[in-house]
Amino acid sequence: MISIDTLLETFKTGSGLWNPLVWITGLAIAFLIAYILRGYGKKEYKEKTEQTKSFLSGNPEYEKEQMHIKGSNVYWGFMESLRWFYKIFNKMHTGLVTDYVLWFVIVMGILFLLIGVI
Amino acid sequence: MNIEQILDTFLRHSPALIVAIPLLGAFLTPLISKINEKARNAFVIITILATNFFIFLLASDVFAGNIHTYVFGARNISTPLVRILFEVDGLSAFMIIIAGILSLAAVIYSWSFMKENTGLDKFYTLMLLMTAGMLGMMLTGDMFNFFVFLEITSIASCALIAFWTNKGKAVEAGFKYITISAIGALFVLFAIALLYAQYDALNIAVLANNIQYTFLDKIALVVLIAALAMKAGIVPMHMWLPDAYGRAPASVTLLLVGATQASLYGVFRVCFTLYGKRLGTTIAGSIGEGISLYILLGTILVILAIVTILIGVMMALKQIDFKRMIAYAAVAEIGYMFLAVGAGLTTLGTAVSMNAIKGGIFHIINDALDVGLLFLVAGAIYYATKQTSLNNMGGLARNMKYTTVFFLIGLLAVSGMPPLNGFASKILIYESVYQVNPVLSIVAILCSILLLAVFIKVFHSAFLGPEQPDLKDVKEVPKSMLLAMGLIACIIVFFGLFPEMVVNNIVQPAANALASNMNYISQVTGVI
Repeated sequence: MISIDTLLETFKTGSGLWNPLVWITGLAIAFLIAYILRGYGKKEYKEKTEQTKSFLSGNPEYEKEQMHIKGSNVYWGFMESLRWFYKIFNKMHTGLVTDYVLWFVIVMGILFLLIGVI
Repeated sequence: MNIEQILDTFLRHSPALIVAIPLLGAFLTPLISKINEKARNAFVIITILATNFFIFLLASDVFAGNIHTYVFGARNISTPLVRILFEVDGLSAFMIIIAGILSLAAVIYSWSFMKENTGLDKFYTLMLLMTAGMLGMMLTGDMFNFFVFLEITSIASCALIAFWTNKGKAVEAGFKYITISAIGALFVLFAIALLYAQYDALNIAVLANNIQYTFLDKIALVVLIAALAMKAGIVPMHMWLPDAYGRAPASVTLLLVGATQASLYGVFRVCFTLYGKRLGTTIAGSIGEGISLYILLGTILVILAIVTILIGVMMALKQIDFKRMIAYAAVAEIGYMFLAVGAGLTTLGTAVSMNAIKGGIFHIINDALDVGLLFLVAGAIYYATKQTSLNNMGGLARNMKYTTVFFLIGLLAVSGMPPLNGFASKILIYESVYQVNPVLSIVAILCSILLLAVFIKVFHSAFLGPEQPDLKDVKEVPKSMLLAMGLIACIIVFFGLFPEMVVNNIVQPAANALASNMNYISQVTGVI
């Protein structure tokens, strides 16, 4: 059987330490403090009133179902700025099995040059 | 016979039984299926549970410091060829634990997930064959036998990937997989032939003891690394992986993760055990003169790893199909293991090296669990919604609460967030790789952050947001699927909370086995 002492041992990473149980305790204390601070907040929130409606710079609010940001729109800006990168790598991923084999041959050739010849 | 003697007999024969039970089970499954579905399901789960019993029995003894050998055929060395030998050291024991857990979860998950499909007798037969193949690859101490098990795994995997034959893309993915696997396996066979021609031996330990690092040995090394790295999904030979992972049923994908790692195990076995004695060889070529083989090999692995991590994570970020996204993330994760082991090779003989190898090995099991859980979640979503595109999902957390929790556990674990298991192995990798080159560590950390971004995208677009009109009737998945996901999630949390215990008891013996090949060699040369 595994003893409690063994379970509670701190994980030594060579130069550092990591103890998840201490981390969880710290996180729990942080949440507790946040919860206490939250108690000091204003209690003027009223559900289903004007104050809970979204404000979209004065534009009308769409139906809730239409407000969901779809997967292809998430990180749109990131994708746009890296369009050059994706252009290259999309080209590489042709979906053709002959190309897959070609990459294998190329890697084997390079490895042969590095290990076998040089 | 008392219980101790029975256990002792079981332990002695466990290397053979671990492969024999699923293999026999595979051939009996079609017969049992004739009775009824329940009998078949019960038979398959009993087969897998029995296999797992022997796996844990054997592993516990190996981790206590005993290397097991099991000889099929002639024990006398003067009778060549008529012999196959299984050798189980810390690394093999570590790998079979992964295969055991994955196969158990895959079978439990399949009960409900595949319920509506026909041809399930063939499905479970192939699953058991694949499990036997994987376990054989991890246990064998014979190069040709490794090739045979590699083929068994590949053929069974191909049929399972293309199991949904009514979907053209699945058949195409199966075709791609078998093409790549057949080519890879033929090159492995070619390398084995080169070694056999020179040393008149197929046993890994005997070969490792005699290897001279001739020109033919160099060719064999190149071919073995390239072929097995392709099967492991290293960039730029990874392209089959999103196709195969993305089209196979979710429970099959879980097993495919294990099959990929069996190839990864092959790469490590070749580098550290087969060529272990020659790692200190100084290269006598024109450009690389003065460099030791371990530095050259380590550098190659590190370069392949960094490219794999970067491309894997960047390609994952742009995917819309949930399973393809996880598949690219899995490619990136394989890069982390290569990075750690590559760093371990470049610093061989130092304390940093051992830490790096430990990190890499710990990450193997963490990756199998984390990525495996995410694939099961993707399967659960497909089961409930019949959708794989993130564009067609939203608000699923309202109706699939347990699946959402399992996804969150998988998300945090795969991205290396504390306090889960991915963090514990990645911190070992970051720290040791930093001492090799800080830039590598920075790239690895940044890519891990991007990996978090990848799955936050999934969490936002699939689970959060308002309820979608088409998905109003979505219900939580059946209990057997939840049980399989829960089993993996519990292990993830356990490994995350008690990393020191896991590293000391199962990772360290595997790392020791990898770092020092003399025990492996002497064990066999003493047996045959």
